[in-house]
Amino acid sequence: MTTTTENTTVTGAVGSARTRVEGRDKVTGAARYAGEIPFAELAHGWLVLSTVARGRIRSVEDAPVREMPGVLAVLHHENAPRVDTAYMGMLGPPNPVVGIFQRDRVPFMGWPVALVVAETSEEARAAAEALVVRYDEEPHDVGFFAGHAGAYTPGEPAMEQADTEKGDLEARLREAAHVVDEEYSTPEEHHNSMEPHAATARWEDGRLDVLDSNQGTSWVASELASLFSLDPSSVRVRSEHVGGGFGSKGLSPHQVAAVMATTLLHRPVRVVLTRRQMFSLVGFRSPTLQRVTLGADTGGRLRAFDHQSLSLTSTVHEFVEPSANVGRTMYDADAHRTGHRLVRLDVPTPTWMRAPGETPGSFALESAIDELAEKCGLDPIELRARNQPEAGPVSGLPFSRRNQLACFEEGARRFGWAGRDPRPGLRREGRWLLGTGMAAASFPAGAGASTAAVTAHPDGGFTVGINAADIGTGARTAMVSVAADALRVTPDRIRVRLGDSDLGPAWIAGGSMGTRSWAWAVRLAADELRELLALGGSVPPEGITTRSDTSEAIGALAQKERHAYGAQFAEAAVDVTTGEVRVRRLLGIFAAGTIVNPLTARSQLVGGMTWGLSMALHEEAVRDAASGGYVNADLAGYHVAAHADVQHIEADWVDDHDPEDPVGIKGIGEIGIVGVAAAIANAVWHATGVRHRRLPIRPDRVLAAAEEARQRAAEEPRGA
Amino acid sequence: MREFGYERALDVSGAVALLAEDPGARPLGGGTNLVDLMKTGVERPTLLVDVQELPLGDIAFTPDGGLRVGATVTNSDLAAHAEVRRHYPALAQAVLAGASGQLRNMATVGGNLLQRTRCGYFGDISKPCNKRTPGSGCPARAGEHHNHAILGASEHCVATHPSDMAVALAAFDAVISYETSDGPGESAVADFYLPVGETPHLETALPPGALITGVTVPPAAVAARSRYRKVRERASFAFAIGSVAAALDVQDGVVREARLALGAVASRPWRARTAERALTGGPADAEAFAAAADAELAAAEPLADNGYKVTLMRNLVTAVLTELAEEAAR
Repeated sequence: MTTTTENTTVTGAVGSARTRVEGRDKVTGAARYAGEIPFAELAHGWLVLSTVARGRIRSVEDAPVREMPGVLAVLHHENAPRVDTAYMGMLGPPNPVVGIFQRDRVPFMGWPVALVVAETSEEARAAAEALVVRYDEEPHDVGFFAGHAGAYTPGEPAMEQADTEKGDLEARLREAAHVVDEEYSTPEEHHNSMEPHAATARWEDGRLDVLDSNQGTSWVASELASLFSLDPSSVRVRSEHVGGGFGSKGLSPHQVAAVMATTLLHRPVRVVLTRRQMFSLVGFRSPTLQRVTLGADTGGRLRAFDHQSLSLTSTVHEFVEPSANVGRTMYDADAHRTGHRLVRLDVPTPTWMRAPGETPGSFALESAIDELAEKCGLDPIELRARNQPEAGPVSGLPFSRRNQLACFEEGARRFGWAGRDPRPGLRREGRWLLGTGMAAASFPAGAGASTAAVTAHPDGGFTVGINAADIGTGARTAMVSVAADALRVTPDRIRVRLGDSDLGPAWIAGGSMGTRSWAWAVRLAADELRELLALGGSVPPEGITTRSDTSEAIGALAQKERHAYGAQFAEAAVDVTTGEVRVRRLLGIFAAGTIVNPLTARSQLVGGMTWGLSMALHEEAVRDAASGGYVNADLAGYHVAAHADVQHIEADWVDDHDPEDPVGIKGIGEIGIVGVAAAIANAVWHATGVRHRRLPIRPDRVLAAAEEARQRAAEEPRGA
Repeated sequence: MREFGYERALDVSGAVALLAEDPGARPLGGGTNLVDLMKTGVERPTLLVDVQELPLGDIAFTPDGGLRVGATVTNSDLAAHAEVRRHYPALAQAVLAGASGQLRNMATVGGNLLQRTRCGYFGDISKPCNKRTPGSGCPARAGEHHNHAILGASEHCVATHPSDMAVALAAFDAVISYETSDGPGESAVADFYLPVGETPHLETALPPGALITGVTVPPAAVAARSRYRKVRERASFAFAIGSVAAALDVQDGVVREARLALGAVASRPWRARTAERALTGGPADAEAFAAAADAELAAAEPLADNGYKVTLMRNLVTAVLTELAEEAAR
């Protein structure tokens, strides 16, 4: 349930609520996704994944499988085409998991060891399941815990700056009137996009044509070109509709397998991942172990700040979950330290997942800030208000527009925060203890270089070509609004083409930078076209096209701390006799620049907040130490919030206009999830008096914590 | 591809004949569990005998005032049935607490009783499991088991039975009837699920080739004052981590009759007879309820990560019985 924003005056398409232009196609099934587009002569590939967590492939006994009905090919390390993984991609070196079938080494359970291609998907699967792969198994280590002997400081290219430090932390902590020093942990979490990863590859007129589900077709095309040593212009990747990405849809083994197979078989080949395969092949969010140490003076002003985070990576590739980055812009202190450590385990490589860093980082940090407010005897909003930095605490750069306080004020007003009794464990309604909590949120507002083309047609219509990825967020609809306003025409005259690498390079749907980046390019091209058309004259049959490239404009942007902000409020009900936690209310108020489409924006923010609830209470991939594999690699075992878990949820925003910003749009892709888990954990504390520093807040943990608290209370001497 | 036959049975004798002919045959009700297990390779039937068209879709009173529920009655219809809700509220509540609306519209009573454990090791054919592959081992004892059994388990298997409905049926002394090619048979729900012991792959007393035709719930005045409460790790669409079906007859502050069954604690719905005996004739207060729960749970053998279930069940039993006692006093 949501309410509408009433205080915004809307004059153009931007800012007015518009339903998705492809919405009808999606709900009627007319929109085709990558795994459902028909092709003549289509063959189907099925990946076979390793069943050991570490070792070498001794043999792939493919002879009997080749005789099975419909089987066309069995690819593995002894016969697959060679690929080149020693290149530098757009976002760094490739994850070696895309270098499938190149060697006999198995670095984790669920590593691709073979691809069976057959006439039908069923035949491919039957043969894949019948394929016997023998291994020389080696002992594996999948244990992630504090003090792991293998922990080290990551460097480039995985992370530019693992550590930051200023001031004398120990000294400031000694002087502090109030200190919080606690450990927090978050589990391994998976994106689980609704649409599984799927790709169909074929060679067409000397070009490789890949129909895929991804977050950036230029990105995937360039990676495939590098991997297969192809001329970039000979690779075309299209991705018209995408059923969710969340950071997991870049280059993965399925596209590579499809390209290998189509190259060998000279017919289109489709490879679709199963939900279970997605758990080991497309990345996940690393578990984190975080320690936050805060020291404040009697007025609640931070004097010492330390946030250290440990995450895991695989033995073949480095990925850092940058959880300690959030404090580099959120809070300043005389002594300020952040740091990341990494441990290599025999597990798949984690990757970007919805607000990487900020999501687990804000859970730890915003929980710790709440604990500090308790110690200082200050309202959590007041404590945060007293600690708004003047400039970037680490960068020293000025903020472009730091509208955090407006989010607190509007959120507190709407939530009814005023007059809140800060004492925990006092409010009861039947078997439920009730509490409220809040947390702050921020996420960087960046832009990536993009190109766009806008064409005026003689019939008065316009075509916008921008290689955006609409991963379900409504990018296509947003670009219609942006172009309509720039051209000063009604939106019905605009047609948008996206999701095709032939449209030219554009930023990916990632980093909350998509809309800002694409709108910038579309606006530049549309402005130029409008001026051209204003000169008069008729539009020739082929139309008039203008093109833009934002590389220079982005390069010329002043160096500033640019972020979106938010305030998350939660009301939790906890039954400490059963451990059940219910979130009765969630309210998120955001300052995220111009909101292009309030309808889809609200969906995105509510979706993020729901995910935050899910993270707080439900999500947790469980790895079995003995086998090294998952024991809940499906949506029956890996719980996400169900409808019944989401009660009253509301997202809204404050005016956040920055006259110095050339675009005005900040991006809302990720900020919705940031801080939600902390707000809920803080509400659970307020309800029960027990801090939950380990996610998810499962019933067994609530029960155990309540039991511990009860025993502690019983042991305390009377009158103490 | 993995092929299997499909036959739609039109009468019970025809269904039983098909099931008797082929040891790899399985009856297909709503398919909400069986089809999932076929997709993951845990179940590999050679023949599916679709029983949904059989004339087993009725709920009717028995001459003695009990209820006879046909095997193909859907979970939704059972939960919505006015007489079930009036006379056996815990049964309706238990069914409604299971799965999701979509699944309940498909799932049948017979299939619900025969559904398989949701242990993560059982459901993953790449891992050992004594229930799926006898003798292969049980990784759950040393591995992930926070939602596994605390009662009646063995070193060979610590899986729980997932049904909510069966917990309420166990409390109400329900009897399962079945048909075989040699004639009909029946089994009380309490005896239907076999002890785990060394044979966790042998789950029920159903003879090979038998088809469940229905469940009879005997009349019991106490059942009208019953309740089912389920605790799970999200608000809906999750299996229990602990559940209680309870009925209580209290007069003048004294428990005249108590029915109690626990869910998600054992390989079968756990009829808590020790607790029932402790309750009967005693005071209807929270202290007595907790003591009865403790008496039942004294046999619990929790593993490293599921000891919380002892506390949970104690609290849950006490809370549900207290609610029933308060209602009786009104």
